[in-house]
Amino acid sequence: MKYAMKKLLMMLGTLLVVSLCVFLAFSVIPGDPALRKLGTEASPELVEQMRQEMGLNDPLIVRYGRWFIAFLGGDFGISYNYSTPVKEMIANKIPITLTMAIMAFLMTVLISFPLGIITAKHENGILDRTILVINQVIMAVPPFFSGILITFVFGLILRLFTPGGFVSYTQNFGKFIRYLFFPSLAIALPKIAMTVKMLRGSLIDEASKDYARTAYSRGNNTNGVLYRHVLKNALIPVITFLGMALADMVAGSIVIEQVFSIPGISRILLTSIGNRDYPVVEAIIMGIAIIVMVVNFLVDIIYRIVDPRIGLEDE
Amino acid sequence: MNKSQFKRNLRDNPYLLAGMIIIGLVLLMIIVGLFWTPYDTTAMNASEKLQGISLRHIMGTDNMGRDVFSRVMYGSRITLLIAIGTVFIGAGLGTIIGAVTGYFGGMLDEVVMRVVDALFAFPSILLALVIVSVFGTGWIQLLISLGIAFMPSFARIVRGEVLRCKNMDYVENARLQGVSNLRMIFVHILPNIKGVLASSILIGFNNAVLAEAGLSYLGVGSQPPYASLGKMLSDAQQYMFTTPSYVLCPGIVIVLMVLGFAFLGEGISRWK
Repeated sequence: MKYAMKKLLMMLGTLLVVSLCVFLAFSVIPGDPALRKLGTEASPELVEQMRQEMGLNDPLIVRYGRWFIAFLGGDFGISYNYSTPVKEMIANKIPITLTMAIMAFLMTVLISFPLGIITAKHENGILDRTILVINQVIMAVPPFFSGILITFVFGLILRLFTPGGFVSYTQNFGKFIRYLFFPSLAIALPKIAMTVKMLRGSLIDEASKDYARTAYSRGNNTNGVLYRHVLKNALIPVITFLGMALADMVAGSIVIEQVFSIPGISRILLTSIGNRDYPVVEAIIMGIAIIVMVVNFLVDIIYRIVDPRIGLEDE
Repeated sequence: MNKSQFKRNLRDNPYLLAGMIIIGLVLLMIIVGLFWTPYDTTAMNASEKLQGISLRHIMGTDNMGRDVFSRVMYGSRITLLIAIGTVFIGAGLGTIIGAVTGYFGGMLDEVVMRVVDALFAFPSILLALVIVSVFGTGWIQLLISLGIAFMPSFARIVRGEVLRCKNMDYVENARLQGVSNLRMIFVHILPNIKGVLASSILIGFNNAVLAEAGLSYLGVGSQPPYASLGKMLSDAQQYMFTTPSYVLCPGIVIVLMVLGFAFLGEGISRWK
């Protein structure tokens, strides 16, 4: 528990650092939000009054505190361009991004674990070599290009889905999941390749250690040694990697949403960057950052469960 | 490293050979593109829109009748420049930060590494988007933002290596001879970790090409009419069915660049 508390505190510390960085980055931008809101024709008195109203005349640290507390309370401010609360704009988009990331993550685990184990078991066999080469190539294909290729092959030639025919989860959940299958696959492909490579290396490494030899000498067969002894130790570095990969998938979905024309978080983010609609950009960036931090926290906890030695020296 | 050793390494190391061939070809294309391209990269020709692969246009033409091969030559130059700049900034800053914090340790190390960890936890594409939205779009902004985004991983690697080396005998020996701290870091310790640094720099190249392509696909890289590989792909996407060559050619060039750097990195880490 002490370990979990410590990691939780560290996560909150990181959250403070990140939020301060995001806030500062968007406050040093030249341009007056009050002037933007009123238009350049506004009289100086009116602008001054607006500045008072928006609290822009307060010291930076006060503004940061106010913004951060409001943010934690779920109030993300009001969009400059649409004058609607940011929360309404993004609330129903977040499930799309999250669903895609989670599906991609499940695919990664389900496909890469068996492949990693098979290749490690038959090290330097034909299958192992073939998968290794395919892996190298897949790792080099950027997700958006594999997304385009997937649209071409599965969408336009095989007609397994309609490109651009996105269905919202509020209308038809089954169709929603079916449409997101291929985008998720595009996100997952490079991660699958990396995980296979990593798990294979880690398994081969662990299998050459003394405890594996001891396990053999006690009469275990290959599968016994592999599943009862080696796999658990080999998973430790893979878990760290998968945690980072999940965070990457959340961010990577920004590009993939563009490829498959999914009206998710990414379209709002990109148009807001183009329109300099900062409250929206801040909210989305912070939202994704928080997701990433929570994922990292969970990975630390899982890590500790898999390997109880970790974090012992801190206690 | 003498000549026969180099030859033996190439023979036993298919990754290194493949990487050198691929990167060599890409470099050749870029260098030729500096002086000569088959057509003007921005010249439009309404009568030759969306053509497939032919002798006149070896990668076909785009929706404005521009020659795709000329634009790929130009775009891959920009991609390579941004990748070099990114790795230069990222590895430079990261090495200095990692080496200094690792060597001195203490409070400085704690504070700086917390910030680096926070940056590290932040996906690089997101960090780049923040910086681009603050400073505007364009390839210089892209270069700076990717450089900052790549810094934490180098800082972490170098810090770990410096921590490993700092209590070794040769460092003790140098210290007894009165070597100053800065000289110790940059003259004594850094040369000893150059192997690790070299392969992480090549992995950095690999990731930088991917990140640049992704961001310019989103339209935050170099702005039209100048070509960039990612932007070409996003323009080409809607013509995928009628002119597949327009999508495939820039995409394959990106894949080759990444693959080349990946093979080189793999080859160097297996260097005997």
